[in-house]
Amino acid sequence: MQEVEKIVNGKDLFKRPEYQEVLKNKKQFESSMLAVNPAKVDEIAEWTKSWDYREKNLAREAITVNPAKACQPLGAVMVALGFEGTMPYVHGSHGCVAYFRSYFTRHFKEPTPCVSDSMTEDAAVFGGLVNMKEGLKNCAAVYKPKMIAVSTTCMAEVIGDDLMAFIIAAKEEDGGEYLAADYPIPYAHTPSFVGSHITGYDNMMHGIMSQLTEGNKGETKQRINIIPGFETYIGSLRSVKTIVEAFGTDYIMLGDHSDQWDMPAGQYEMFQGGTKIDDAKDCINSSATISLQKYATVKTMKMVEKRWKHAGGFSNPVGLKGTDEFVMKLAELTGTEVPQKLKIERGRLVDAMQDSYPYMHGKKFAIWGDPDFLIGAVSFLLEMGAEPTHVLCHNAPNGWEAEMRAMLDTSPAKDSLNVWAGKDLWAMRSLLFTEPVDFMIGNSYGKELMRDTGTPLIYIGFPIFDRHHLHRYSISGYDGALNLLTWITNKVLDQLDEDTKGIATTDYFFDLIR
Amino acid sequence: MGPETLEAKQKAAIEEILKAYPEKAAKNREKHLGVGSPNDENQKTCGDVRSNKKTVPGVMSQRGCAYAGSKGVVWGPVKDMIHISHGPIGCGQYSRAGRRNYYIGVTGVDTFVTMNFSSDFQENNIVFGGDKKLGKCIDEIEELFPLNNGITVQSECPIGLIGDDIGAVSRVKAKEIDKVIVPVNCEGFRGVSQSLGHHIANDTVRDFIFDGKVNIDTSDVTATDYDVAIIGDYNIGGDAWSSRILLEEMGLRVVAQWSGDATLKEMALTPKVKLNLLHCYRSMNYISRHMEKEYGIPWIEYNFFGPSQTIKSLRKIAAFFDESVQAKCEEVIAKYQPMIDAVIAKYKPRLEGKTVMLFVGGLRPRHVIGAYEDLGMEVIGTGYEFAHDDDYKRTKEEIFRSTVIYDDVNEYELEAFVKKLQPDLVASGIKEKYVFQKMGLPYRQMHSWDYSGPYHGYDGFAIFASDMDLAINSPVWAHSKAPWEKEG
Repeated sequence: MQEVEKIVNGKDLFKRPEYQEVLKNKKQFESSMLAVNPAKVDEIAEWTKSWDYREKNLAREAITVNPAKACQPLGAVMVALGFEGTMPYVHGSHGCVAYFRSYFTRHFKEPTPCVSDSMTEDAAVFGGLVNMKEGLKNCAAVYKPKMIAVSTTCMAEVIGDDLMAFIIAAKEEDGGEYLAADYPIPYAHTPSFVGSHITGYDNMMHGIMSQLTEGNKGETKQRINIIPGFETYIGSLRSVKTIVEAFGTDYIMLGDHSDQWDMPAGQYEMFQGGTKIDDAKDCINSSATISLQKYATVKTMKMVEKRWKHAGGFSNPVGLKGTDEFVMKLAELTGTEVPQKLKIERGRLVDAMQDSYPYMHGKKFAIWGDPDFLIGAVSFLLEMGAEPTHVLCHNAPNGWEAEMRAMLDTSPAKDSLNVWAGKDLWAMRSLLFTEPVDFMIGNSYGKELMRDTGTPLIYIGFPIFDRHHLHRYSISGYDGALNLLTWITNKVLDQLDEDTKGIATTDYFFDLIR
Repeated sequence: MGPETLEAKQKAAIEEILKAYPEKAAKNREKHLGVGSPNDENQKTCGDVRSNKKTVPGVMSQRGCAYAGSKGVVWGPVKDMIHISHGPIGCGQYSRAGRRNYYIGVTGVDTFVTMNFSSDFQENNIVFGGDKKLGKCIDEIEELFPLNNGITVQSECPIGLIGDDIGAVSRVKAKEIDKVIVPVNCEGFRGVSQSLGHHIANDTVRDFIFDGKVNIDTSDVTATDYDVAIIGDYNIGGDAWSSRILLEEMGLRVVAQWSGDATLKEMALTPKVKLNLLHCYRSMNYISRHMEKEYGIPWIEYNFFGPSQTIKSLRKIAAFFDESVQAKCEEVIAKYQPMIDAVIAKYKPRLEGKTVMLFVGGLRPRHVIGAYEDLGMEVIGTGYEFAHDDDYKRTKEEIFRSTVIYDDVNEYELEAFVKKLQPDLVASGIKEKYVFQKMGLPYRQMHSWDYSGPYHGYDGFAIFASDMDLAINSPVWAHSKAPWEKEG
């Protein structure tokens, strides 16, 4: 029973003898194997750690177990929230939107506005035109967004709804009462059964950039567009802007959700910050466009390079080398020297790397996440002399595996470094049991891997639900690399203390100074 | 503030809120908003609100879908079965381990609740159908997770649209592996909310688990006169455990939990119990009614939130049994009373008179009202995401004076109601949490217990009380205004 001066929640309550008794009693009604045959459970648990299990596990062709990817519309919602006063609008069932909102909200600890047009069975039969007409009108009336960015769920895609025709029809029927003829309503088809959330990012970004700029081609301006990609580190967006600003150049960050998902307390405004709609309309006239995430902007950058003929290209400013390349690209595009400020920042980062290297050198890591994140993070591990033993990308697009392999091949330990494209985290579990590593780098889904295999988890990635505020930091630029260095080194040191803290047994290595 | 002025304020708020909508939407939403009171003339609902209707498009409803109701709520917590999210990758990922359905077991070996099994549909599965892939998924599960006691197939939207026959695949495969495989057609577009998903899931329990259809030996459990089942408790934060302990203390034998920490065997055992105890009426009244009709098992609703309701419920349950149970019931009540008195003595002075606005799902919009009242707090507005008339009818019995009732409230309306009625605490879900915290309002998630709990039973109430105190009396809310800002 609770004691009023020391009320405990479930964490300690259920450890008490009276509750342990309840749980023990319950077993007699449970299942044939759990209650009766714990030996069988142990046997199977041991077997799941074996090479035999690993071979069967990695040979799976149909069932996905514990994925490390999400579906297209999630990425589309992120894009929309990076534009000024823009409401993400998902054409489909509202259940999907409840999921997108919860997912982002649990990660950012911030509200995530997004509407749907609540399609149900009749829409499945007759199409969702009626829903679109009413939904756009209601959304405009109630929330008064400056722009509505429409994406789709798999339901709308399977029945084949035509977004462009629907939006035109909705505007016509409304007759300008809520939806003026020039009200920006860009759209993208984002089927969940193609690619992953980064594909949806690409499709929506392409939709907004191509549709808002229609007919706006004019004089080219000395200005750089920056497309961040599916970036979940708010601090990264700010680091990138700081670097670009150091060059004194005019720029537009396309899809900047750094204010939207980092609102100060005091009052609630549904929309904050974001790329100005006027800037987005004019981005076609910039002289260059740099995408910071190659695999999240394939279609968008194809348009920018082939049709818009912008200079720029890809640059992934995660890690030292990636940031160097980004800085040099900016120097080249702006025709200026690398600013002194950045030179000093770089020097400080390298200084820190040289201070901490003994703790990362030779350590084996397992890491998973989105393809572009992995390119940057693995590069940084290699820069520190670490060994990325298992690099796993569930949503690896074409070309990624070869690029990652080539990176790993630059390491002296290359023969023991593995790339796992298209594999899930249940596969990772087998890898960790059969070819163990010292540390894992990944998102909250690594938690069960940590428990099962005992491998310490360094939280870097998306989503992170069970650690606070990490998303506020940067992992991009020299300051971002310093964060990576700090998090990883200190986890190594935490673990070193953990391993050596045994009193009178292992604490001869429990050093005060390291 | 007297009740009359509050009611006037509530009515004015509704009127004002409706002004923002285009005509058609306003007409629709008007029917879902009302001011309820214990003296309502309309006995069918509360505050005359209409419910369980299609959501107005484009308004940021908080509702989920049928898949969420089946996979997320009813089936998902059954721990020794593997639940396949059948279709594209997203649904399973977004709903993974979000509800805090606690269970005991070796995850990945004999229990699977917090994992995510997905058939991860690709374009070719849409074009050519996914039945073959589903069959293969089942084979692979059987090979890699041999201790699973059965499988459910939780359909996502495309399944019903492309004409797959998951029933046929399940039948064939169930024979092959000699385990139950339950096809659930809970596609997200079916119905208007989670609610239909609950119903569909209940129906599949009826059709696939009962009447010896499950190949699981239950002969080692001999029925007694004191057997009961807990129905509609998802063991969020351990709620079913802190309920179970009380029932056992009064001499009952809890044979099954539906479905938090549940096993297939417990479900199969349920048709032999003497009484079904229904906590979440909305999501599991269907199966309770079925068991009443088919096996003659009576069911009663109970409420284990807050001591007043808990005591009432314990006595109501005991009344179904003999005097020994009734005597023990009184002993249980007497045993916990000093602790509860101490909790109330400690927290009531800190919470008395504070007002609360609720918006939750199945049972809590009415069930927790009593718990707040036990602490001297007042619920001034409440509503459900996916309720039906019978839920609102039951709500009317819980409120003690005029209360704003909002059905399927959307982000705009809830924000407007809160601004106008200025409660001291808002209690709802994760999607709304930070909206109100930005405004400097104390907030508690009432789906997940905000990562605390359990809240059921006596021990749970102590946690509930201390959590409400934590939220309302935390110093952090006072920091919103900077010292250089003027009062106003």
